[in-house]
Amino acid sequence: MSEKKNWPLWEIFVRSKNGLEHRHFGSLHAADADMAMENARDVYTRRNEGVSIWVVESKHITASNPEENGEFFEPAADKVYRHPTFYELPDELKHM
Amino acid sequence: MNFTHLREKNKMNTETLKDYILEIADNSLILGQRFGELCGHGPSLETDIALTNMSLDLFGQVRSYYQYIAQLSEEEKTEDDIAFLRLERDYKNVLLVEQPNTDFGYVITRQYFFDVFHLMLMQQLQYSKDETLSAIAKKGIKEVSYHKRFSGDWLKRLGDGTKESHERVQKAVNDLWPYTNELFEMTEAATAATEAGVGVDAGQLKEPYYKEVSELLKEATLEVPESKYFHKGGKQGVHTEHMGYILSDMQFMQRTYPGMKW
Repeated sequence: MSEKKNWPLWEIFVRSKNGLEHRHFGSLHAADADMAMENARDVYTRRNEGVSIWVVESKHITASNPEENGEFFEPAADKVYRHPTFYELPDELKHM
Repeated sequence: MNFTHLREKNKMNTETLKDYILEIADNSLILGQRFGELCGHGPSLETDIALTNMSLDLFGQVRSYYQYIAQLSEEEKTEDDIAFLRLERDYKNVLLVEQPNTDFGYVITRQYFFDVFHLMLMQQLQYSKDETLSAIAKKGIKEVSYHKRFSGDWLKRLGDGTKESHERVQKAVNDLWPYTNELFEMTEAATAATEAGVGVDAGQLKEPYYKEVSELLKEATLEVPESKYFHKGGKQGVHTEHMGYILSDMQFMQRTYPGMKW
């Protein structure tokens, strides 16, 4: 199985219940999308975790660079007013 | 008019029913045990988990069958007694499922050869007049459908893969092919069960089975063997030399520590 070393990495997203979004569950190796789907079923949903699976080859994901975290994320840190917590809500409004 | 004799004819003897259930259940037990041997030894982490998952599916089915047999037995028996305390000749599994895990090609081929039959059997057994067997089959269909999808996909990958994978899986196909015909052999118990509307006429599955398997083998660029000689004996309890080793491994705990529970 020297081939195995060349199997690409896939990212697995599982939706656990109807109405909830797919969440990233982890990653695994597979030769192609079909195999990735079966492997994902066997590795990540055997404890009844899911009703839907997405697989995407890891190379298709563009990730932000941790070295750029400063310029990327820190400017948002002192802008609390962007949270919608400054509105006065009427008492009749529940579950907000 | 008196129809009593007709009713008698259609009513199954309990011992015969138990024999028939063993024929079906022991296949899942021994194949499950073969998969269990691979736990931690699969060719990749993902396939390792897949193989053990299937093992657990099969053991789940086995438990339902053996619990039913225990319930039908007059003497007090548990599912564990039936699984672990019989002698080799009392196991009724076909020879195919006891063949060793020679390599991944053999594991997949053995699995596919069994899965195609297993699914056909479950699809018929769900209409059994016996409600318990019908319920076990209905639950099993979904599990076995996935097993066949897994083994069939892998057989295609190996057959139509590299030169080495092709050669090795073709060897497995050639070696295991002579064990396929036994799947369709009708024992006395199976015949009685079929007449009573409880069992499945396995003989009728033979033609669609070989058609389906041959088509997949061709798709996998593999040659369909033309063997005229087939092995049999498992259903009568006459096993290959591998069976004793499987049982000594499987029965060790219960024989050494009788009544032991996890």
